[in-house]
Amino acid sequence: MKILTGNDLKSGAVVWWSGEGWSIYVDDAVDVGEQADEIMAREEAARRVNVPYSLDATHEEDGKVRPAHIKDRVRALGPTVRPDLTLKPQNPEALDWVI
Amino acid sequence: MGNDFGTSPDDVQFRFRDDEVADHGTVTVDACCDQTNATAVRIEPGDDARALLPFLDRLALVEVNFPTFGDGRGYSAARILREAGYQGELRAVGDVLIDQLSHMRRCGFDAFAPDKRLDEDDAAKAFATWDNVYQSAADGRKTIQELRHE
Amino acid sequence: MYKYDNYDQQMVDARVEEFRDQAKRRLEGKLTEDQFKPLRLMNGLYLQLHAYMLRVAIPYGTLNSRQMSALGDIADKYDRGYGHFTTRQNIQYNWIKLEDAADILEDLSKVEMHAIQTSGNCIRNISSDHFAGATHDELVDPRPYAELLRQWSSFHPEFTYLPRKFKIAVIAAEKDRAAMRLHDIGIQIVKNDAGEIGARFYVGGGMGRTPMIAPMIRDFVPLDQLVTYAEACLRVYNRYGRRDNKYKARIKILVHELGKEEYTRQVEEEFAHLLKQGVEPPREELERIKPFFADPPFEDGPKTVDRSDPDFALWVDRNTVRHKHDSYVSAVISLKPVGGIPGDATGEQIRIMARLARQYSFDELRVMHTQNIVLPHVKIADLHALWTQLDAADLGAPNLDTIEDIIACPGLDYCALANARSIPLAQRISESFDQSGKTSELGELKLKISGCINACGHHHAGHIGILGVDKKGKENYQLSLGGSEAEDVSLAKITGPGFDEDGVIEAVETVTDVYLARREEGERFLDTYRRIGMTPFKEALYGK
Repeated sequence: MKILTGNDLKSGAVVWWSGEGWSIYVDDAVDVGEQADEIMAREEAARRVNVPYSLDATHEEDGKVRPAHIKDRVRALGPTVRPDLTLKPQNPEALDWVI
Repeated sequence: MGNDFGTSPDDVQFRFRDDEVADHGTVTVDACCDQTNATAVRIEPGDDARALLPFLDRLALVEVNFPTFGDGRGYSAARILREAGYQGELRAVGDVLIDQLSHMRRCGFDAFAPDKRLDEDDAAKAFATWDNVYQSAADGRKTIQELRHE
Repeated sequence: MYKYDNYDQQMVDARVEEFRDQAKRRLEGKLTEDQFKPLRLMNGLYLQLHAYMLRVAIPYGTLNSRQMSALGDIADKYDRGYGHFTTRQNIQYNWIKLEDAADILEDLSKVEMHAIQTSGNCIRNISSDHFAGATHDELVDPRPYAELLRQWSSFHPEFTYLPRKFKIAVIAAEKDRAAMRLHDIGIQIVKNDAGEIGARFYVGGGMGRTPMIAPMIRDFVPLDQLVTYAEACLRVYNRYGRRDNKYKARIKILVHELGKEEYTRQVEEEFAHLLKQGVEPPREELERIKPFFADPPFEDGPKTVDRSDPDFALWVDRNTVRHKHDSYVSAVISLKPVGGIPGDATGEQIRIMARLARQYSFDELRVMHTQNIVLPHVKIADLHALWTQLDAADLGAPNLDTIEDIIACPGLDYCALANARSIPLAQRISESFDQSGKTSELGELKLKISGCINACGHHHAGHIGILGVDKKGKENYQLSLGGSEAEDVSLAKITGPGFDEDGVIEAVETVTDVYLARREEGERFLDTYRRIGMTPFKEALYGK
């Protein structure tokens, strides 16, 4: 599936398009199909997101969303060398998901 | 060469000169070098501003085009002309934005014809960004280093 | 240390206000991201993988304890409690909010600091020898010249939209500790036959995707023409540097394509013209700057240490460097603890280093391009007390210039440009050599890791270099050997096909084993490589 990501203009936080707004959790990301360009243009113009782009991802069995490229998985979780600063500081297995 | 090639006096949003804005037919640098009567010329980023030096006496207007604001060749072109003693109007045209105005002014531009008109207040603030300056450029301002040793 | 006068302070204050207004216009939508990007970059603000990143300038790598302390406070107040010292003697923060950026710049301005021109296609922060003013082997202190150039390059109206970024390094010793010839302009302060001091110019060096060693274009520029000559070099570049292809836009490509002779001819012509324009600051300015860098009041004292504590003795041997005064040394604080992240320090550690500088080093610190910190003037008599406190703060790793003293860029863990992670490799390699105990035996061995071709981790200049690449969505690492950023400058050569993460760590082991087996008396890894060539290493790595 195609999902959208970008950074919050004010805070710079990594965000994912959830269908209604921008979430910091990749698992909230929805398939945007053919609408990617339209949503990005609208959201960027409204300054609700900065430098958005679309990427390939897959739905995993447990309903989780997995970006196809390692760079986007690092963005989704946080720096692998600082698990304490990732979105899942209590879950060391999250690092295996990135790699 | 056509009169629609350069900017018109109406396009000039900011001007720091007292003489009248002349409405000239603007020509390219190549055409200027071939033509003995042109009084207005437009420099594109790849042009050599020094090609104009033999003709400075007859030029009343030099436009320097910035097709994109990130292409900084026009700053050198402007200084080179001023260093050679050019006294006529030096007009920055094209993708001229607020945050480049103060540097352009320092390099010798004294007229500005942006593609899109700029917010007057923001521009006024931008022209006044630097009370003092670190480098000698084309605006004749004393540098901080000179002021320190007066 | 240089101190701002009212003019310097005014310039920095004006810049803070300018940026505050720019950020506001961006948030209001008056500036598009395309328009704002070069403006924020010229104030050190990037948009990285996880957030905005702010790079703060540390001019020629020198700072005082108050400044260092402020850097620690910023880490705690605006970031997540740490900062990262970079290979260009700066510090960067990884978790900055655009909303806070102007406030941070204002905090910095209160301690005479800024983030001006730490990114963007302009003249970047000027780097220098981290032992300047302390080392026994320099001609003069290079920093007054760097300061003169700092002022000239700050907000330069003609050179703010260059074809590409532009980095200048200034040194004044035969020993090159600043990778001078791998800069766009490398300046060496030298003495001519008549005994006058002047500047030797090397132009067109750099790393990145097309690494080049800068050729010398002028062996002596008189000091009262230094700025004018730099201006000539820049003007030729601004006018003729390539703008059609970002990857060919650095000055090294221009110098290479024109040829050194033609580039030099153009510079000399422009120089002759500019000499008539009077762009050089008055000579008195250099004389005004010099006293700021005068020696602190050194005192005679003991010249040896009590070596009864082996841990302390090892640290002294490894991490202290000869000083021009024989009762002092320069002490290197390693930011490379075994298994740690190269160049990272917590807010608390930064403040501790600041306090120790105040206590033991005449209030002065330096940032090294190898991502370590120097206390430049430490009394030999104070070394034990200093070491004890460093060790307690996890800042006492005894590994300067060893294989554990790894340069690594932030890599894919933080950087939007990276193709592979660099930090985990550095962590694993330092752990493995620490465990095997081979570090000591290997002696000086400079290992440098970049997570992409832009080479922020200086892999081209590593005795051993590692470059991370993306191989069909997987991290892959190329190994290279034989680089040096020092006075014996050379570019490393790739060994052959790349490796995965485990494979490259093993490969580093393998090449160090070749060295240990083949070295002759007194040879460093680099010397052995230069003597025996690539083949024995290749054979060990890939078989015959």
